[in-house]
Amino acid sequence: MSGVRVLVGTRKGAFVLTADGKRDDWAVAGPFFGGWEIYHVKGSPADQDRLYASQSSGWSGQVIQRSDDGGRTWEPAGNKFSYDGTPGTHQWYDGTPHPWEFARVWHLEPSRDDPDVVYAGVEDAGLFRSADGGTSWQELPGLRTHGSGPSWQPGAGGMCLHTIILDPVKPDRMYAAISAAGAFRSDDAGQSWRPVNQGLRSEGIPDSAAEVGHCVHRIAQHPARPGTLFMQKHWDVMRSDNAGESWREISGNLPSDFGFPIDIHAHEPDTVYVVPITSDAEHFPPDGRLRVYRSRTGGDEWEPLTKGLPQEHCYVNVLRDAMAVDSLDDCGVYFGTTGGQVYASSDAGDSWAPIVRDLPAVLSVEVQTLP
Amino acid sequence: MTAATITVVLPAHLRKLARVDGRVELAVDGAVTQRSVLDALESRYPVLRGTIRDQETGRRRAFIRFFACQEDLSHEDPDDVLPALVTGGKEPYLVVAAMAGG
Repeated sequence: MSGVRVLVGTRKGAFVLTADGKRDDWAVAGPFFGGWEIYHVKGSPADQDRLYASQSSGWSGQVIQRSDDGGRTWEPAGNKFSYDGTPGTHQWYDGTPHPWEFARVWHLEPSRDDPDVVYAGVEDAGLFRSADGGTSWQELPGLRTHGSGPSWQPGAGGMCLHTIILDPVKPDRMYAAISAAGAFRSDDAGQSWRPVNQGLRSEGIPDSAAEVGHCVHRIAQHPARPGTLFMQKHWDVMRSDNAGESWREISGNLPSDFGFPIDIHAHEPDTVYVVPITSDAEHFPPDGRLRVYRSRTGGDEWEPLTKGLPQEHCYVNVLRDAMAVDSLDDCGVYFGTTGGQVYASSDAGDSWAPIVRDLPAVLSVEVQTLP
Repeated sequence: MTAATITVVLPAHLRKLARVDGRVELAVDGAVTQRSVLDALESRYPVLRGTIRDQETGRRRAFIRFFACQEDLSHEDPDDVLPALVTGGKEPYLVVAAMAGG
């Protein structure tokens, strides 16, 4: 019988939540790496038992962990992330040049077809690749050095490369997104990059339509329609139908167009999910009501999904990597909160129930659909 | 020259990462300095590379401290010879997670 495995990264460890295809009864394993920040855990699409985890702490820096048995046991992999050449500077918060310094891995993106190939998005923003299961890492410097790098500035959470999308049709096409630089695309397997931010508007930068400088929070792509991208930005929900060449706003009737995650129904490329957050200063849901918003029209028109979610006194946040979908016939949707809840819906968002309520603050949620 | 046996105490999170219980006994050839002890430690437990010292610069990570014989050696020259009580195996060399985080 099919099932799902939910991989949860939190401020104080990783958890693996498993259920059969009904998604009613859940087994909770963890914490793995207790006490460490787990920014991201993700499985290889080519081998369901190969998982990668980013483990870090203020005391001891970065560790990469790898599992070959679906998260039951783990082994440390390589943790040496050296920028290619002399990394130079980006802008600091006060506008002065600041040396590029590795801080942590925010996001791990395993290859679609080789379990030993995995990409890492890091802070300070850079893209790394491993071809030996995470044992050694090499930077793809074309992104950091494409020209605008010295003008990039960190967002409030640091200058992080948090989104990596490997195109399912064009094997040499990749997307990356950086806070607060924007979205970038490569058409040569990551060797060279260019910004793809036309149509974005950000009032917090001097030129609101600048080529770079936008605080992109998350980008989602549906494998059946890879030329269409959906973006949750610092403010605004956006859509591109030409692989990022241009964007248009689709915030429509959302109660707030600020938020972090965005994801797409596994079988309906025009069904999109976001979690509106009040503002950049107030990182909690509008009116203390936790609502997922779903558009079935590819944006502009949104409906609140509230059944099973707290509708009063709720002041948690949902971070950029903390939402995912499974690919069962009835698409499951999952998200985690900074209050430690992981909510699941087995009916495409119509109703929700918590899998767990009291984990440490959730940083990331990924889902594997098991045969 | 006979290798010195040095006792190293790791903070709990690094003992768990390296999968060691209690103290670590290390054989250190040549001059027993902070650098040679940490080199030997990382050679025995490669998973600790980068968790105590930066892999690029070799510098102590900001929130890691080094103590021995009731002294804070964190700011001492890493190539200074350690106290005789440490090199003689009577006192441990302590790798400490600094009090941080409130």
